[in-house]
Amino acid sequence: MTTEKKITLWVDGVKVTVPDKSTIMQAADSININVPRLCYHPDLSTIGACRVCVVEVEGQRNPVASCCFPVTEGMKVKTSSPLLRRLRRDVVELILDNHPMDCQTCVRNGSCELQKLAFDLGVRERLFQGERKRFAIDKSSPVHRNPEKCILCGRCVRVCDEVQGVHNLNLQHRGFHNVVAPAHELKMIDSVCIHCGQCVNVCPTAAFVEQDATEKVFEALSDPTKHVVVHTAPAIRATIGEGFGYEPGTPVAGKLVTALRMAGFHKVFDTNFGADLTIIEESSEFIHRIQKKENLPLITSCSPGWVNFMERFYPELIPLTSTCKSPMSMLSTLLKTFYAEKMGLDPKDIFVVAVMPCTAKKFEAARAEHLSPSGQPYTDAVLTTRELIWMFKCLGIDFRDLADGSYDSPLGVSSGAADIFGATGGVMEAALRTAYEKITGKELESLDFNEVRGVEGVKEMSLQIDGMTVNIGVANGLQNAKNLLDRVASGEKQYHIIEIMACPGGCVAGGGQPYPPRGMHVLDPNLARMRAKALYSIDHEKSLRKSHENPAIESLYEEFLGAPNSHRCHELLHTHYQPKCPRGVK
Amino acid sequence: MKSELMLKEEAKAKVILPEPVVSYIESCRQKSRPESHLISVLHKVQEHFGYLAKEHMDAVSILMQIPTAKVTGVASFYHYFNFTPRGKHRISICLGTACFVKGAGKVLDRLKELLAIDVGQTTVDRQFSIDVARCVGACALAPVMLVDDKVYAEVKPDQVAKILGEYGFDAKKAAGK
Repeated sequence: MTTEKKITLWVDGVKVTVPDKSTIMQAADSININVPRLCYHPDLSTIGACRVCVVEVEGQRNPVASCCFPVTEGMKVKTSSPLLRRLRRDVVELILDNHPMDCQTCVRNGSCELQKLAFDLGVRERLFQGERKRFAIDKSSPVHRNPEKCILCGRCVRVCDEVQGVHNLNLQHRGFHNVVAPAHELKMIDSVCIHCGQCVNVCPTAAFVEQDATEKVFEALSDPTKHVVVHTAPAIRATIGEGFGYEPGTPVAGKLVTALRMAGFHKVFDTNFGADLTIIEESSEFIHRIQKKENLPLITSCSPGWVNFMERFYPELIPLTSTCKSPMSMLSTLLKTFYAEKMGLDPKDIFVVAVMPCTAKKFEAARAEHLSPSGQPYTDAVLTTRELIWMFKCLGIDFRDLADGSYDSPLGVSSGAADIFGATGGVMEAALRTAYEKITGKELESLDFNEVRGVEGVKEMSLQIDGMTVNIGVANGLQNAKNLLDRVASGEKQYHIIEIMACPGGCVAGGGQPYPPRGMHVLDPNLARMRAKALYSIDHEKSLRKSHENPAIESLYEEFLGAPNSHRCHELLHTHYQPKCPRGVK
Repeated sequence: MKSELMLKEEAKAKVILPEPVVSYIESCRQKSRPESHLISVLHKVQEHFGYLAKEHMDAVSILMQIPTAKVTGVASFYHYFNFTPRGKHRISICLGTACFVKGAGKVLDRLKELLAIDVGQTTVDRQFSIDVARCVGACALAPVMLVDDKVYAEVKPDQVAKILGEYGFDAKKAAGK
């Protein structure tokens, strides 16, 4: 075994030993010196574009960018000096001078990295104000692009390419006209964008933000003719607490329900119910396909970012993708059919709000395939976790001090299998719990499928079901999904069922989730792990842990739907896909 | 294995680009790091069409399997590439230091006024387009103007109309009237 080569250097007079090929920034981080930084992101490639992280190195004529300057033996580094403080302040001020002066009215007010950096570095006056770049704001899609607020750090370009494999965004033109935009500067809605929102998550400013739905929801809540119902995705209960100072991974479903009632929603349902229903439909679809040995592997369809990606990049996989609507769309459909009928309400008077960890859900809700026969959307508004946090704050709801409430029946009753939908591997685990027992007629000894848990990009397992080996693949983050699908296409891998979630870590790290708390960052595997843990603990504590044992689901089939995959189910709970143009380059 | 849809897309792209460019791209794809040949491919496309249209760049993206945003990002970075069709006669006016101090700016102004177009644009009748050059290596002849491959030396603003006349300039036609 060869021992790893180590380098010893001095950072601010402190002796540091780090692995060879480390950067100065990494060496400084290891002794808790947090060199100010902006374009740098630990999980993306390093480009050294912003020059905020400059440090002085003895023997170097000019300060160097510590994020990309490799350490050498005996190097002497200074991370703070009058010169460095002035340089960093000026760099940030120059960025600000090309930036709209509207911090107070900006949606990132308080969560903006540029704003924080300007304060930390001591920008107190504006010395270089002059001509400012002007661009149009693109509000064509659920992901709004405002190049005037862009500081050209390129994080969005990198996450779109390196993590999601979409590469919709790139720097276009040069100099003063340099702008982050899709090919041909197309509108986002006409581009290959899949609306996953990871650009929103990594953006340090408000150059990328989600389309606002809060106004629409407030309007509905104050309309006396509307019956306003809300349902919350599995992942929300694990993350919304962060908006009120809770540690990531604190489950707060009870407080969430109470807060929603206080906000004025007439009924508070659980997207989990839709998730249980998805499992019943999807597992019977799977059982049917595996018995007939056709259209395998079955690929899950809950993640709307993945569905968009599949239609643009892998349209050849349309026949393999489950026709099941997502839990959100299943439940919203039931609210305007089954629930409306039961309550004697005109579906037109019901306003359905879905709280989702996701920007692509806003796209899904508006898809033509998800409109009722009369052309109305089943889901009227989709709020991201971030938007709901803001609404609670706006209403002055003291979230931390609330008593626990519980979801309304029957569309709020759910199994633990539904809770784990919010983590990568969770949909698979939930499906296996049901498919195994349905095929074999036997009870599972352990309900925990640890092989598909965890935040690794690709996970695999094989399961013996009734003498048959079922090969299972799970991918999260679309670049990982690409790698997995390419191995399927080459014949290297043969799976029977594949789960894909667009966002790295699954919905807990979706494009609509809270900006990470201090000390953590977007794409941080630890953050996804902590949030997922909350979901697994909820599942573990429930006595009802299998979708097919959910009594509310059983009576829904008896009362309304008939058998799984029946004609009525297909009409209401299933959808279809189409190849989309422009095609993406894989 | 390529899907049927992919093959269809490729076939469409192959019709858009001229055959020599298509085979050049195919040869690039045999090499290591085929994406590093993007600029030379774009040069060949522009050489053929005189400019890069959206459909040309889309076709390059498909055949080279480089994301379109990257293709347009590279193309729009370099001044050499242009995105509007060039005129039958391409006028280059040198704005290098020597030409500029000898009054090339005024020559350019006159040119823009007569043709009623800006730098990088083409007249409505597609006869003339204006580009700016950065020193053509003939500083002794400053200010220098090129029409196609012909060099005009020590050009004065009031000579521009006469030079254009040699190429059949008609102010009304140029403006599309």
